[in-house]
Formats: sequence, structure tokens, C-alpha cells
Amino acid sequence: MSGRAPHLLAALSVIALAGATFAGEIPMTERRSGYDFLSRETRAMQDDDTANPGMLAVLEGGALWARKTGAAGRACADCHGDAGASMKGVAARYPAFDATLKRPVNLEQRINRCRADRQQAPPLAYESRELLALTAYVARQSRGLPIDVAFGGRTQPFLDNGRAAFYRRQGQLNLACSQCHDDNWGRRLAGNVIPQAHPTGYPVYRLEWQGLGSLQRRLRNCLVGIRAESYEYGAPELVELELFLMWRARGMAIETPGVRP
Amino acid sequence: MANALVNVPARARRGEIIEVKTLISHPMETGYRRTQLGARIPRDIIRLFVCTYNGTEVFRAELHPAIAANPFVVFSTVATESGTLAFQWTGDNGFSATESATITVE
Repeated sequence: MSGRAPHLLAALSVIALAGATFAGEIPMTERRSGYDFLSRETRAMQDDDTANPGMLAVLEGGALWARKTGAAGRACADCHGDAGASMKGVAARYPAFDATLKRPVNLEQRINRCRADRQQAPPLAYESRELLALTAYVARQSRGLPIDVAFGGRTQPFLDNGRAAFYRRQGQLNLACSQCHDDNWGRRLAGNVIPQAHPTGYPVYRLEWQGLGSLQRRLRNCLVGIRAESYEYGAPELVELELFLMWRARGMAIETPGVRP
Repeated sequence: MANALVNVPARARRGEIIEVKTLISHPMETGYRRTQLGARIPRDIIRLFVCTYNGTEVFRAELHPAIAANPFVVFSTVATESGTLAFQWTGDNGFSATESATITVE
């Protein structure tokens, strides 16, 4: 096979995808953030930076950003400077392709890669207070900016895997993500409104958790809900699903830190 | 490490009723939960929240185990004079946090 063939194939698949509409897929104009389904009180909580409990994590993340750590004795700020400038729009582009790993990584994984390579510090555990705080701090700098993940080319196969997972029935309940979030959004599952599953506010402060959690925690929750076997944190399958969900929410504004019931 | 966020209007007219919002990072562990192995998770909550306005206590709240993590307390007071509102949270395991905000009354 010549070197050009994969590129040609990728380009063709992009064209094919651009034209294809899946049954039940939400039209661009009807997409709504989970924020739109919140109660008035919960919206007020998210909107007010002194009432939004996610801001506590952002505050802590800001302190971690400036703290020197690891064998290199370097802080995030020593390379990246003011996060308000250097991290603006970054979270809107993740998961992004990592040239070394040759697959997409999410923001948490990117932070841990930076810790390993630049700070020579041990990785922070998924869902640990520090990693969530740093992620929230970085993502907060993109608030209000449109989601803009790269698709086509080298990320396309991973996006396609995520899409396949979204439309694949799984678990003992034999449900696909799309059956709730494409076909039945706005209706109720028990007492709760089913949102469209656009990851606009992550890491999100969930009132049920009484704390901050990542998109992967939310995805694992959903997988448990349909009684499917869950993937480990950081599993490529989860990152691919994240990538697809971000692509599906392309153009929607980042709300981090969001508040959800 | 305790993070707290307080929101006090920077300026107010004398005699105006102002709203004060406070939010503090705390797990508020009830003491009734158990680990998967059955061991009891010890209680760790904030017991008391006090706000003083130029040294005079204007608000006090006792907190109990049924209060959710990261307590958000909002109350109102009368803007009497320019000065400082000092906030103090105290709780189990020697927990103590303070925060303050200034207000200009004209």
C-alpha cells in the first residue's frame, strides 16, 4: 500500500460522515446544554461564582498551578505563565491527539503527561482532589468559548470508535447511549430529565456526588446504570467516547465548572 | 486546606439591608456512613459558623450532620458603618477557617 492511501481513505471517510445523518441524531439547531434542563435554583448556583461550589476547586487549582512540584521543582506556571492567557480555549480542544502515544488523550491525561515529562512528578490519581482541581482550573479558562475538537485525519478513527460505542447497545439492559440521549432527551427517567449528554461543564459539580467529578466518572455512572461492564479510568474506550461527545457538542460553549443535580 | 468564598457588596447605603453569601470547602462527613468493609467513617463536620461586623456578632449558625458538603450559607444584615465583616468556621478535628471582607457604607 502506498503512503498516500491512508490519507485518501481518511479524507473519504470525512466526506462520507459529513453527509451522513444517523437516525435520531439531534439536529444542530435543537442541541441544548444540560444547563437548560436545570431548575432555576441550580442555574442560579452555577451562574454565581460565589455560590458555585465548583469554584472552590478552581480556587484550589489556581494554587496548585503556581506550586512547584516534582524532582524538576517546577510549577505549571513556570512554563505556561498566566493560565488566563496560555490556557484559554485549551479545554475546548480536548481530547486531543498525542503524537507520542499516537492516540487522543483527555485533559486529565494531558496534565499527568506534563507532570511526568516536565515536572518529573508522579501522576495524580484519576478523580483525586488535586487532578480535578487542576483540570477545573484549566478548563475554567475556556468558559464561554465554543467546543472545537479536531476531527478528520488522525483523530477520525478514534472518533468513529466513540461514535460506534455511543450507538452500540450494551449491558444487561441492552441500551445504547443514543436511546436515551438522542431519542428520548427532555423526557423523564424516574424523577430526572434526560439531558442530551453534551459535556459542556466538566469537571462538573454534581449535587448528588456532593463534589466535583470528571466526564469519565459520569460515563462510568451511566454504564453502571445500564448494567454494562465499566471501563477503568483512563481507558482508551472512554477517551474515544469523550472525543465523540465533544465532537457532537462542537460549537457549544464551555461552562466549566458546571453544576448538575 | 480550606477554601472559602464570600460575597459582600463593596458599597452600600447606611441602613440598607445587604445580602451576604458564604461558601466553604468541607466534606461534612456525617459519621453515619461506613466503608465497604463495614468500618465506620468518623464524623467530620463544621459545627459553628459566626460572622462579626466590626467586632459585633451579626450572624451565627450551628451546623449538623445532615448538611451537605461545602456548606453555602446566605444571610442578610443591615449596613451600619464602613468596616470589616469577619467570618469564622469551626468544626471537628480542630477545623478552623477564617475569611473577611470589607464594606464601604456611605
